[in-house]
Amino acid sequence: MSSVDLDALYQEIILDHYRNPHHAGLRDPYEAEVHHVNPTCGDEITLRVHLSGDGRTVEDVSYDAEGCSISQAAASVMADLVIGQPVDEAMTAHEAFLELMQGRGQVEPDEEVLEDGIAFAGVAKFPARVKCALLAWMAWKDATAQVLNGAPADQGGSDA
Amino acid sequence: MTSTSVPVSELAGLLPGLEVIRKDFPILERRLADDLPLVYLDSANTSQKPQVVIDTMVDHLERHNANVARAMHQLGAESSAAFEGARDKVARFLNAPSRDEVIFTKNASEALNLVANTMAWAGPLQVGKGDRVVITEMEHHSNIVPWQLLCERVGAELRWFGLTDDGLLDLSNIDEVLTPNTKVVSLTWVSNMLGTVNPVAEVARRAHEVGAVVVVDASQAAPQLPVDVQKVQGVDSCIDFLAFTGHKVTGPTGIGVLWGRQDLLDQLPPFLGGGEMIATVAMERSTYAPVPHKFEAGTPPIVEAVGLGAAVDYLSEIGLDRIHEHEQAITGYLLEGLATVSGLRVLGPTDVTQRGGAVSFELEGVHPHDVAQVLDMRGIAVRAGHHCAKPAHKRYGVQSSTRASSYLYTTPAEVDALIEGLEYTKRYFKVGHEKGGTR
Repeated sequence: MSSVDLDALYQEIILDHYRNPHHAGLRDPYEAEVHHVNPTCGDEITLRVHLSGDGRTVEDVSYDAEGCSISQAAASVMADLVIGQPVDEAMTAHEAFLELMQGRGQVEPDEEVLEDGIAFAGVAKFPARVKCALLAWMAWKDATAQVLNGAPADQGGSDA
Repeated sequence: MTSTSVPVSELAGLLPGLEVIRKDFPILERRLADDLPLVYLDSANTSQKPQVVIDTMVDHLERHNANVARAMHQLGAESSAAFEGARDKVARFLNAPSRDEVIFTKNASEALNLVANTMAWAGPLQVGKGDRVVITEMEHHSNIVPWQLLCERVGAELRWFGLTDDGLLDLSNIDEVLTPNTKVVSLTWVSNMLGTVNPVAEVARRAHEVGAVVVVDASQAAPQLPVDVQKVQGVDSCIDFLAFTGHKVTGPTGIGVLWGRQDLLDQLPPFLGGGEMIATVAMERSTYAPVPHKFEAGTPPIVEAVGLGAAVDYLSEIGLDRIHEHEQAITGYLLEGLATVSGLRVLGPTDVTQRGGAVSFELEGVHPHDVAQVLDMRGIAVRAGHHCAKPAHKRYGVQSSTRASSYLYTTPAEVDALIEGLEYTKRYFKVGHEKGGTR
């Protein structure tokens, strides 16, 4: 690995989000709360999802996360991307981000869909860090699925 | 590497001929990305392997491979001799009173699970409802979870010794913790996270006073301290079981060791059932082989055992006393270096005489993953995370840490490279009181 790769991993955008995470903290109201852990490194996130009454819009995502710069920044960027969006479009962004992360650096990210999320393109070259970038997204997907499937809010998620 | 390295002669206690010893480990010649030399500071995770271990294993596979104890041919005899010869070598390494007390397992986890599992079953050492099992808060998960499972299965109570603020075992409530119904006390000799060397003999003495069996996790001790199961920390016959793993003592993965006092091993029921562990088998019931084979069901990890035999002989030839002195010298130098890095906090004792060669630390403002990532870019391999010791991290209010760990091949120049790498990491993430902050 070279310093060029390192700078590609630690984009300024990522470090900015790490230092000043957007939408951090747990808020009411919410319909589902999950707790996800990356067991290999111990990164953790508690995440709440609040959808509109018809279940079509992501009204709010709030979270309490502890972990490395990549996992923290990913949570912040994700919250920016999905809050206020239709659930369908947020899912599309989730899939685009997943594809980017699993693309081993070969996938060209679409800024229209991923916005600041394109800064994570460099992470895909570091297999050990992909899980860090995906932690918040997986928690959000899990929590959203729980709301849509009508699971009670206090059941939480798995400890993966 | 760096220009500031201390000449070898200035650091007392280093292994003489360190450069020659380094040549025994071919991987230390590796160049990494950007043609950087490898600075391997992750030996508490797994040690590197000397050529003699690699050669011994290759020779066994090329020339002597056969199953052991069941093949009635020349190769079978050679393979059995090599495998049982490895048991003799390990017995010497531990100064075990009998070679039959050395049981080969897959790793230290399996060795500890062997004891914890068989104590759940009927027999003189059975742990039952209302009994107590005692561990410590600084254990590796492999010396926590098996005991939790045992306690859950039989309805026993799990208790543990806490830790003091400076990273030592808190034995202030030992009278309350060790009760007459305590059946097992299991503790690590050297902590993999804090580095702390525990007063094993003292705890063992107190445990024996209440009639408990004493199990010692020597995974971090066996690589760097002389281990004599008959005399631990100067006290005769004070422990009952001891586990360690091959890959941390310059041996291969896939092989671990459980040593146990023969009278206790005889009292434990078999662990896994299968070939080799039986005396005779009928459809209704079987009788079992004597130790060690009672606990070695199935074809064992033969070449791994042979490799481990070569590894412990290699270490013994250099001398565990001298390896320990080297580790103390390097660890002292590492602690001094880390003390110069502002915003860095060492977890565990900072007095080198109280600790082993694994040093975990926090760097203010930079997550351990990010520390490890930047160091890796400079060819420096450390571990980041909870090191399979989550409760110990929790005790000190940290989620994870970065750990640098040395071994007999580690040089002061490698420590210098780490310290420089940490300063670079701080500049990279623009933390601390450094001026500039360039990337």
